[in-house]
Amino acid sequence: MGPWWSADFFTQRAAEIEAATREHVILTLIAVGIGLAISLPLAVLAHRRTWLATPLLAISGAIYTIPSLALFALLLPWTGLSRTTVEVGLVGYTLLILIRNTLTGLSGVPVDVVDAARGMGYGSRRLLFRVELPLALPAIIAGVRVATVSTIALVTVGAEVSNGGLGRLILQGLQDEYPAEAVGASVLCVGLALVADLLLVVVQRLATPWARQR
Amino acid sequence: MNALSETWSWLTTADHWTGGAGVFARLVQHLQLSAEALLLAGVVAIPLALILGHVGRGSWLVVSLANASRAVPVLAVLVLLVLRMGIGDRPVVYALAIFAFPPMVTNTYAGVRGVDPEVRDAARGLGLSGNQMLRRVELPLALPLIAAGVRTAAVQVVATATIAAIVGSGGLGRFIVDGFQTNDYGQLVSGVLVVALLALAIELTLGAAERRLDPLQR
Repeated sequence: MGPWWSADFFTQRAAEIEAATREHVILTLIAVGIGLAISLPLAVLAHRRTWLATPLLAISGAIYTIPSLALFALLLPWTGLSRTTVEVGLVGYTLLILIRNTLTGLSGVPVDVVDAARGMGYGSRRLLFRVELPLALPAIIAGVRVATVSTIALVTVGAEVSNGGLGRLILQGLQDEYPAEAVGASVLCVGLALVADLLLVVVQRLATPWARQR
Repeated sequence: MNALSETWSWLTTADHWTGGAGVFARLVQHLQLSAEALLLAGVVAIPLALILGHVGRGSWLVVSLANASRAVPVLAVLVLLVLRMGIGDRPVVYALAIFAFPPMVTNTYAGVRGVDPEVRDAARGLGLSGNQMLRRVELPLALPLIAAGVRTAAVQVVATATIAAIVGSGGLGRFIVDGFQTNDYGQLVSGVLVVALLALAIELTLGAAERRLDPLQR
């Protein structure tokens, strides 16, 4: 069996590593993007029509409970070895986190503030975009952070059924009994999660300048 | 695509349910691996977090554990442990235990820290020692959150045990991995269904058990 750490792995296979990392990032971006596009409107709707919140959380909670390998494999007979197969599973896992955090953020908007905005003549659309969503932003971004970091880790499992970014290299390391490859790819994967998390913290600070004093 | 009819015929074939590689045998394997890992993680995580919560230290450890467990891929840990220890149950149980650990630590810690300071003062006023306080006040009050942590950990472990099939482990994930590798979509979709049902059943059963443990709602 090969070594557990090798700098050569990073230099000799740079092109392959770069491609895998790029695929990893793209899979994550698409998953969190589509996850947000589904979760935000649903959460806003459930905030307005409160009876929707319970079934929405129950359904996304049920999806969240299903083991990732099962969710990735579910579409395989129909969509085959395509990126869609993995992407649908990844999106599924972001829903609970994003919907729950958005709902928490929206319901945390002080009633006084909403009343004041209504008193100033804000219609429900303006209220949503100018008052409620901005105030819910810290909670929403907190959700995006958790969703992004867990998606980056989850992408690896996709390697078993089709596209899995760095997960492909981790499995390759097992097949070749070359631990340095699995270790190197794992380290990159964790590093990717850390970088993404840091970037989102910066985004949060830039997007909510009023919260910076605290 | 007639994956659905293939699934139906796979599920209705008696041979697929019985025998050493049948659904029942795989289910038992799956539950055994999961239970071992949960137990292994629980006997370390819960007492450790109880003590940390009681003395009010180590919140940094708890928070970083929770964050790290999200960023570290399950597959990476499985592959590295198998490379280290060879194919078998042992690396799988350890990998599952590693991911069962953080939710139990986080929840137990939060449960103990969440005990009302007035309740703690009252207990102290009654002359309870630190040890008695932990056993008779903090532990019972933290029980619902500890149970929630065990439930989260159990669901995580069952999911991870499925992934362990990729690195050659037994359990229900075998149907998914083998079905995929042999293009047997009936087996694959059946595996997906059985695994999903098991995860949901565990979540619901432990959720019900959790509500019965809450001393304030009984």
